[in-house]
Amino acid sequence: MAECHPVGFQWVMEARLRGAKVFHIDPRFSRTSAAVDRYLPIRAGSDIVLLGALINHVLTHGLDFREYVLAYTNAATIINAEFLDTEDLDGLFSGYDPETGRYDPSSWAYEGDVEQVRTLSEGGLAHAQAAGSDSYGARGPGASARPPADPTLRHPRCVYQILRRHFSRYTPERVEELCGISRERFAELAEAITASSGRERTTAWVYSVGWTQHTTGVQFIRAASILQLLLGNMGRPGGGILSLRGHANIQGSTDVPTLFNLLPGYIAMPNAHRHAGLNDYLEREGADTGFWGNRRAYTVSLLKAWWGEAATEENDFCFGHLPRLTGDHGHYATVMGQIDGTVKGYFVIGENPAVGSANGRAQRLGLANLDWLVVRDLTLVETATFWQDAPEIETGELRTEEIGTEVFFLPAASHVEKEGTFTNTQRLLQWREKALDPPGDCRSDLWFFYHLGRRIRDRLTDDEIDRPVRELTWDYPEEGPYRDPSAEAVLREIGGTGPDGRALSHLGRLRPDGSTRCGCWIYCGVYADEVNQAARRRPREEQSWVAPEWGWAWPANRRILYNRASADPEGRPWSERKRYVWWDQARGAWTGPDVPDFEEDKPPDYDPPEGAKAEAALRGTDPFIMQSDGKGWLYVPSGLSDGPLPVHYEPHESPVRNTLYRTQANPARRIFHRPDNPYNPPLSPRFPYVFTTSRLTEHHTAGGMSRTLPYLTELQPEPFCEVSPQLAAEVGLVNGGWATIVTARAAVEMRVLVTERVRPLRLRGTTVHQVVLPYHWGYRGLVTGDVVNDLIPFVLDPNVFIQESKSGTCDVLPGRRPRGTALLELIERYRHG
Amino acid sequence: MAERMGFFTDTSICIGCKACEVACKEWNDVPDDGFVFRATSYDNTGALGADTWRHVAFIEQDGRWLMSSDVCKHCTHAACLDVCPTGALFRTEFDTVVVQSDVCNGCGYCVPACPYGVIDRRERDGRAWKCTLCYDRLRGGLEPACAKACPTDSIRFGPLDELRARAAERVERLHADGVTEARLYGESPDNGVGGTGAFFLLLDEPETYGLPPDPVVTTRDLPAMWRWAGGAALALAAGVAACFLRRT
Repeated sequence: MAECHPVGFQWVMEARLRGAKVFHIDPRFSRTSAAVDRYLPIRAGSDIVLLGALINHVLTHGLDFREYVLAYTNAATIINAEFLDTEDLDGLFSGYDPETGRYDPSSWAYEGDVEQVRTLSEGGLAHAQAAGSDSYGARGPGASARPPADPTLRHPRCVYQILRRHFSRYTPERVEELCGISRERFAELAEAITASSGRERTTAWVYSVGWTQHTTGVQFIRAASILQLLLGNMGRPGGGILSLRGHANIQGSTDVPTLFNLLPGYIAMPNAHRHAGLNDYLEREGADTGFWGNRRAYTVSLLKAWWGEAATEENDFCFGHLPRLTGDHGHYATVMGQIDGTVKGYFVIGENPAVGSANGRAQRLGLANLDWLVVRDLTLVETATFWQDAPEIETGELRTEEIGTEVFFLPAASHVEKEGTFTNTQRLLQWREKALDPPGDCRSDLWFFYHLGRRIRDRLTDDEIDRPVRELTWDYPEEGPYRDPSAEAVLREIGGTGPDGRALSHLGRLRPDGSTRCGCWIYCGVYADEVNQAARRRPREEQSWVAPEWGWAWPANRRILYNRASADPEGRPWSERKRYVWWDQARGAWTGPDVPDFEEDKPPDYDPPEGAKAEAALRGTDPFIMQSDGKGWLYVPSGLSDGPLPVHYEPHESPVRNTLYRTQANPARRIFHRPDNPYNPPLSPRFPYVFTTSRLTEHHTAGGMSRTLPYLTELQPEPFCEVSPQLAAEVGLVNGGWATIVTARAAVEMRVLVTERVRPLRLRGTTVHQVVLPYHWGYRGLVTGDVVNDLIPFVLDPNVFIQESKSGTCDVLPGRRPRGTALLELIERYRHG
Repeated sequence: MAERMGFFTDTSICIGCKACEVACKEWNDVPDDGFVFRATSYDNTGALGADTWRHVAFIEQDGRWLMSSDVCKHCTHAACLDVCPTGALFRTEFDTVVVQSDVCNGCGYCVPACPYGVIDRRERDGRAWKCTLCYDRLRGGLEPACAKACPTDSIRFGPLDELRARAAERVERLHADGVTEARLYGESPDNGVGGTGAFFLLLDEPETYGLPPDPVVTTRDLPAMWRWAGGAALALAAGVAACFLRRT
């Protein structure tokens, strides 16, 4: 966090000054490790062993926050008898199909829900193909609002008992054996987090996106969720699981998404094979209970924002105009499509996949096989210039004169040269003013898409195929000499308007009948009272410590999600020290320094009538209002592609055998056997070392914003690897010299930094050496170097299709790599042993 | 003269982000120091110099990773200022020491005079350069760029008396927390340079950070040396005169 989020890390330092104890768990000793109470080095990819052992510790010693767990989680819920755990099937859950490598999740359902899940999930395959499995998870059918439960927690099929059995093999001994963390250190961590949880205290888990970049990445976060729910650390001040996003506004680009499988506000993208009309789509994409029960209002308001008067009840509010998924259209599927010739055009906006994405060679081969490529960036990044200086030109695999891709480079305005919002990691929208005009032909992305759309619309005909774009509302006020569309007008559209055309104040005002418009339902109210709420900057001295008038947080300006859980079931604060949101009996309302994440007037003793829908179906004690049963899910009955509970599997490429189960790696992970994507065999002596990629404070992701600046470049001028003195001695590396890192994909050279910060891990008799590789460099900029991401294959988490870039295997050679065809020969030798 | 202003750099909360180095260069238009991979932890700018006025040292030692942002000390008794023949170096109304680049003739006397090795001549233009404690910002009522950019407030700017009081409290707190190795460096008016306007909280001996343990203003002995030289000259003159007197 100090390394990649130094500005946010000031608050960790502040917490330490006030007595907080901070642990840092990371394969890499970073600047964060230097500034905490205890650093625990861990073998890359073994995190579920550690988290599982912490969960086991809590369960075995009865350290869970029992009142919280009983009232607010699904611990008591009974799972149907068809469910078989990894305990029963040696590393697999019930429903696995070895042919397809996919799970049918219907046997994971709550008691009584199996048939419903089976019908709606259609075996889970269509969803799994398109990263859509979560579209009936948190939103989901299959989980009743009132499933059978055993509040004594003794029923053998209740979640609590399943959890106890499932995690019983995750012991401190396994942690020592698989993570490389000693029993003493584990005990210290376990004591610290349990002592700092309960009524009086809370513990927070903070992660950066490297935690997600594993074939079990989603389950890492799930494991942390289980731990935090058991300890009562969700929805309470000082608790939670805080995801530090990769860089500015990544949160915003998920909320109003650039992701292929989502519409704004986490509404599922319709699927060509699964959804007929709007009604059919809405019926299949979510439960009727909990806040997703209002999804018709969210979806119709979105369609009205996009198609305005053209969207009517009779034409399904233009639902038919939306594009449809036909399968996986994620980043890596797109690149493979380019290589295979099925993807012809490519927009790359503020991204540099030739350097920043896994398997850089495949990325560049894809770029070279396009008809056209549009790159918008501040400078000419490698993705725009691959045709003249990619490493494949040097090896002869590509020849400039044979590349047919027409490249359009369009210079972009930087964030200080345009106005708009950043949505940062805690869902806080902050408006940015424009400081100066962009130079030359540089324009904002908003300008680009608006005028591109305008020009396309000018060319449309009356043909039916053009109707969806022709009928779009595309009428933002223009400002300035370059006709910039008004960013505030766009924000106002996102924030929503009512039947009278006035800005909406709250998402509760959204209607399913087409009378409201809203570009992103979770952002509804960001323009309440016709005021840009995100631009508020009231100083902290002039408001409460929660600072509700600094920017605006979605949803409804709530600063801590699910904060109903900060009070006990009766609505009283768990303790004075941790009071946050509570029930005021006299006023008949929830109150506190934050906006309650609950219906303001729903009393704690509210019991829903039979047949109630949406939020009305949840009790006054159900804080997790997006879930169909209002509970925090220790066990996930539907919504995940690789199982209802986290399981430790080794990374796809690992030098270590999985000693917990016979199943070595995540059986549902996405593998692509292709000539451009060869894999290192697991447990291979050819690739004996573990590498993990990383970032440095001094550079920005793929370097497009930092390698061109002398003041940043001089601070970290060359690619380097961090190795332990022991590995340096074993391989023959010299500090300040050169090393070549080899995988089946690539061999890249870099300078050597020998440091005791990197420690060999002792795992029951064997030693695992880890190599740390910052990935910021490429073949352009003030300084150049090999592309570290060339080392990484396409192998993906099955839920969200993210690549496994934080734990791979490699060989390390002293000295520089060969050039030209000799380089290809070296890689070829490694591929075939 | 206004109150004496300075820096208190608390290395115990430095996270080594180098925002101070970058902010300093941005504000003062200091050129880059070359793109050199030094293989010395995360330090690639090496030391304070004509083109690096804030420098973050990284020391890897027995499982610790110490980080410390070094800067010109703005000494009470500043030798650089004493030896400057052109008056390019002067003491400001904030009791800081600043070199005026338009007056400096590049004689370089100040370079060996500095007991910390801070001030340095830039090869390209021959003139001497160092931290100005953002004299222009101070005159505009702003804090120096490095202190402004520091995310953890490791670099604090303010009236020296306040900083010294704060530093004493901080050391006391660290000692109470068992960090007995915490100590202040440069804050004492009794040291060899009469106390520094920029002082530090360190977690080890100054030498660990590349700082001189007992710096002395290099011009301290100048008056005495002049007295001795004068005495010697007088003695010589007297001797010569005596020779002539004897002859006559």
